[in-house]
Order: sequence, then structure tokens, then C-alpha cells
Amino acid sequence: MQVPAAIQRIAEHYNYIVTIFLMVGGLYIVIARGNMIKKLIGLALFQTSVYLLYLSPGKIIGGTAPILDPAFKVYSNPLPHVLILTAIVVGVATLALGLALVARIQEAYGTVEEDEIFEQEGNQ
Amino acid sequence: MKSVTVHLPALQVVVPLIGALLSALFRRGTTAWAFALVVSWLMPAISIALLLQVLDSGPISYHLGGWAPPWGIEYRVDLLSAFVLVLVSVIGAAIMPFARRSVAHEIEGDKQPWFYTMYLLCLTGLLGITITGDAFNVFVFLEISSLSTYVLIAMGRDRRALLAAYQYLILGTIGATFYIIGVGFLYLVTGSLNIVDIAERLGPAAAAAPRPVMAALAFVAVGISLKLALFPLHVWLPGAYAHAPSVATAFLAGTATKVAIYVLIRYFYSVFGVGVSFPSLPFVEVVLALSVAAMFIASIVAVFEPNAKRMLAYSSLAQVGYITLGIAIANTAGLTGGIVHLFNHALMKTALFLALGAVFYRIGSVKLADLAGIGRHMPVTMAAFVVGGLAIIGVPGTAGFISKWYLAVGAVDRGWWPLVFVILSSSLIAVVYIGRVVEVAWFREPSPVAAAAKDPPWSMLLPLLALVAATIYFGLDTGATAGVAQKIAAYLLGGLK
Repeated sequence: MQVPAAIQRIAEHYNYIVTIFLMVGGLYIVIARGNMIKKLIGLALFQTSVYLLYLSPGKIIGGTAPILDPAFKVYSNPLPHVLILTAIVVGVATLALGLALVARIQEAYGTVEEDEIFEQEGNQ
Repeated sequence: MKSVTVHLPALQVVVPLIGALLSALFRRGTTAWAFALVVSWLMPAISIALLLQVLDSGPISYHLGGWAPPWGIEYRVDLLSAFVLVLVSVIGAAIMPFARRSVAHEIEGDKQPWFYTMYLLCLTGLLGITITGDAFNVFVFLEISSLSTYVLIAMGRDRRALLAAYQYLILGTIGATFYIIGVGFLYLVTGSLNIVDIAERLGPAAAAAPRPVMAALAFVAVGISLKLALFPLHVWLPGAYAHAPSVATAFLAGTATKVAIYVLIRYFYSVFGVGVSFPSLPFVEVVLALSVAAMFIASIVAVFEPNAKRMLAYSSLAQVGYITLGIAIANTAGLTGGIVHLFNHALMKTALFLALGAVFYRIGSVKLADLAGIGRHMPVTMAAFVVGGLAIIGVPGTAGFISKWYLAVGAVDRGWWPLVFVILSSSLIAVVYIGRVVEVAWFREPSPVAAAAKDPPWSMLLPLLALVAATIYFGLDTGATAGVAQKIAAYLLGGLK
């Protein structure tokens, strides 16, 4: 059966469509939400989309792990995985620090809603 | 001895990294400070040795772990990166003597060792960004410096420091993520992460697939512009500078934005090259317009700012505009002006923030209303502030004049005469906002808090006076700054003609 061209295109670029969806969605949450925890969740989502952007082209269909063996000829690229392992660590550190800051802000202001905090600052 | 000199590029990053970890082990602030002082004073020794080596025998390529580039990570020191390394390490070292009393005054006892840990970690990141020749490595160091910067800012006394740190964390992470998306596209089209290697492969790749290359350029430019606070991506900066501890503000104002500008120059001129970055997208026009907007809008906001520290932060935004203006002018004189201003602005803005740090140490406030008449009671500090302020304005005989002169010459060479008028008139706005502080500090009756103040101890005055003396010295003898910057500009523009 002939697959329609549009569906073929979507199937070929499926990973990238998901990547762009996560990227834009994450960034939208960061901009649109006033709750500081939700902002951080959006930020984490945004960073996660980048992991996918790097990993997708590294995989070669039918390729094995890059182990030097005469039995295998086609390998996936291991470098993006290594890079993203580092990026994940950076992402975790950022999220942890962000949450720690939010905890301190909660102690200092009694809220994590940005508009309520700005209101308190405005009254001073 | 030879074995040590070979490994200088690695030591430049490894020494402060290990120093940061070790200074976390100290219990008392003073011992942690003494240790951090030694580490930070080793940095200029290494970076100046590297600069001399580069001036003598050309770029240094250091293969980390013995893996040859483009597979391994390369530390690459050319004239531009050596110049920025010297700048960052000298500023980092010059602030340290000032730090002991200021930090002891502003930060609780048990947190002081952590302050020095974060200081050295931030220094590690900034030096790492500058020295590395690997695009992904830049991201890692960028995040090392950024995460430690967020902590440094959050250590401010005021609860608004927490808010400023949070806002910077959000925007800084978006900026770094944009950068890494751009690098991802570059990796997809060139298959390499080594900056030199990318630059070589990019020409054919851009011809074959121009769209991803343009997207990469746009992502990298926007991401880095967030980090260097190019107008209108600057919203994090005034709050961060105003509420961070005095030492952290002085350090960040002198180094963090400068290193981000270095990355921008590196990508515009070395990675994408003038041939790709300027024709494909309207970068000259965009950066030019934003620089001019920064020079005016930020300066005007500074005029109406009642908090002196925040006023200087807005002034920094305007000065970043001058530097990016030099990048956009993109001829030898203009780029020289941008690079010299990178150096000169770091000196004078650090000096100004140190002066305010000394005032804060004595009277616990940097509001203009509290500064009334303080010049009579802290004469040395405020005299240093006046000289630093004159340099910001660009008075002949100070370093600020040299950079503005080159920028104006660059604009004339391009035939952009109105820009000369723009540079001059935005300097006039600087006269107003610096003049306000000078007027309040010297010509008003002392306020009760100011009347009780006196100049800070010598350990705080000496770094301040040294930096102010440097702004005068580099205003008179331009060989070390403008001379080197001219060589760098010629080297960067090599591909243009």
C-alpha cells in the first residue's frame, strides 16, 4: 500500500516534531506562568527538548553500540550520548539550585507567586 | 621547568577548580580568604605567561589528555583569548585583597568560605570559556560560571537578592540552552565540535545547507546576547548587580559580561567568519540598532536611578552597547575600539563598584540620598570614584577616551558620520549620571550617616587605587591595550579581505 507523502514526512521527522513541541511548550510555560515552581518545570522541559535534538541524529537505524568487532559494520554515534549525559548533569544542577532558591524565596516572602511578590516589593 | 610551562593552559583552569573545592573545607572566613587569595593571584601569573608566549610564537594548542583535535578537547590560546584571560584573571586577583573585610561585613561567618568557593568556581568557568577550543566545552564552562554566579548573587543581604538570582537563573539558563541548540545545529551540519574545525568545515556546509547554519547563528547570537546583556535582553542585570554582595558585583561587572562578549566575537568572526555571519542575516543592522538603543535608553534610565549601585548597572548596559557597536562596525579601527573598551570598561567599572563597596562598608547604604556630602569624609574613596567616572564619560587622558576614539575613527572609516555624533551625545548623558553622584557626594551638606564615615582601611583602598591608576595609565600609554587590540582586530578580520 502506498503511504501518503504527508504521513511519510511526519514519520521521518517524528523525533524533531516532538523536540520542537517540547521546546516551544517549555519556553511558553517559563514565560506565561507566574508560579516559580511551574516556571522551573517549564525550564526543565525546555532543556529536555535539547537532549532529544542531540540524540535523534546520533541513532542509526540498524546500528549497534560502537564496539569494535568484525561482526558489526554499522554503529550509532556515541558522541551525542556523552554530550547529553553532561547536559543532563548541568540540567539537574540548574533545577536543584532553582528549587533551592524558590525555597528561600518562600521563606522570605511567604509565597512563590511572582505577582504577589512584586506586590510586596511595590508596597515597600 | 619546561614540563610546567607546557601545561600552563590546563593549569589555568585546573588550579582555580581545585582551589574552589579546597576552600570549601575551611571553617573560618579569613583562612578561606587567604587561600583563595593565593589561588587567584596565581591566575594572572599564568595568563600573562600565556599572553607573552602567544605574542612571541603564535597560538598555543593544548591537547587535553593527549587526544589530538578534532576528536579530543583542545585548549586553544590565540591572541584574543590570551588577552581576555589576562583581563579576567587580573580583575579576579585585584578584587581579592578588597574582599576580606567587605565579605566579612556583608556575609555571615559560616557562609564566608562558601562565598570564596563560588568566587573561584566562577573564575574557573570564565577562564574555561575563554581558553577552550571546543564548542560544547564552552557550554559546560558557561554553566559552571553561571551556576556559581546565581549563588553569589543570592548571597546578598537583601531578600530581593534571591529574586534577582532567580530571575537571572531563568534567563541565564534560557540563554545557555539557546547557545547549545545553536551548537547542536553546527554539529549536525559539520560533524565537529572543535571550533577551528567547525570554522573550516562551515564554508562548504553553509553552501550546501544554508538554513541550519543560519538557524545556528541566530540561536548562538541570541543565547550569548542574553548572557552579555545586550539591550533588550538585559532585564536580569540591574537587579543582579544591585543586590549581589559588593565584591560579587565588582567581579561580575568586570568579567562575566566581558567573557560573554568574547564568545560573541569568537562566533561572529572566527567560527562563522565574516563571510557567513554578516551577509546571511542582517546582523550589522540589528546589532548596530540595539547597541545605539542601549547607549541611550540605559544611560537615560541611569540618570533617574536613586540607587547608585543600580545606576552603575544601567551604565554597564550602555557601555556594553559601545563594545557591541565596535563589533558591528566591523573594520579594524571599530573592532579595535570594541576590544579595547572591553578591557578599559572592565577596569573602570570594577573600580567604581569597589568604591561603592567601600562606601557600603562604612555607611551600609548606596542610596544617593545617603551619599550626601560623603566626599568630605571619605575623600580618597570618592576621589577614586570621580576619576573612574571621568573614564566612563571618556575624558581625554583616561582609558575611556581611547576606546571611544577608536570607535569614532571606525565609524568615520565606514562613512557612518552620524555614529560619531551618537557616541558623543551618549557620553554627554554619562556626564549627567556621573555628575549627579559627584554633586551629591562633594557639594551637599553631609547627611548624618555620611558625617560618621571615614575612608576604609588600606586593604580596601589599595585595590581601588590600583585600578583607578590603571585607567589613567592605559589612557596615556596605549601600547599594551590598543596595540594588542589592533593586532587582534587585524587577525580576526583576516578573512574579510
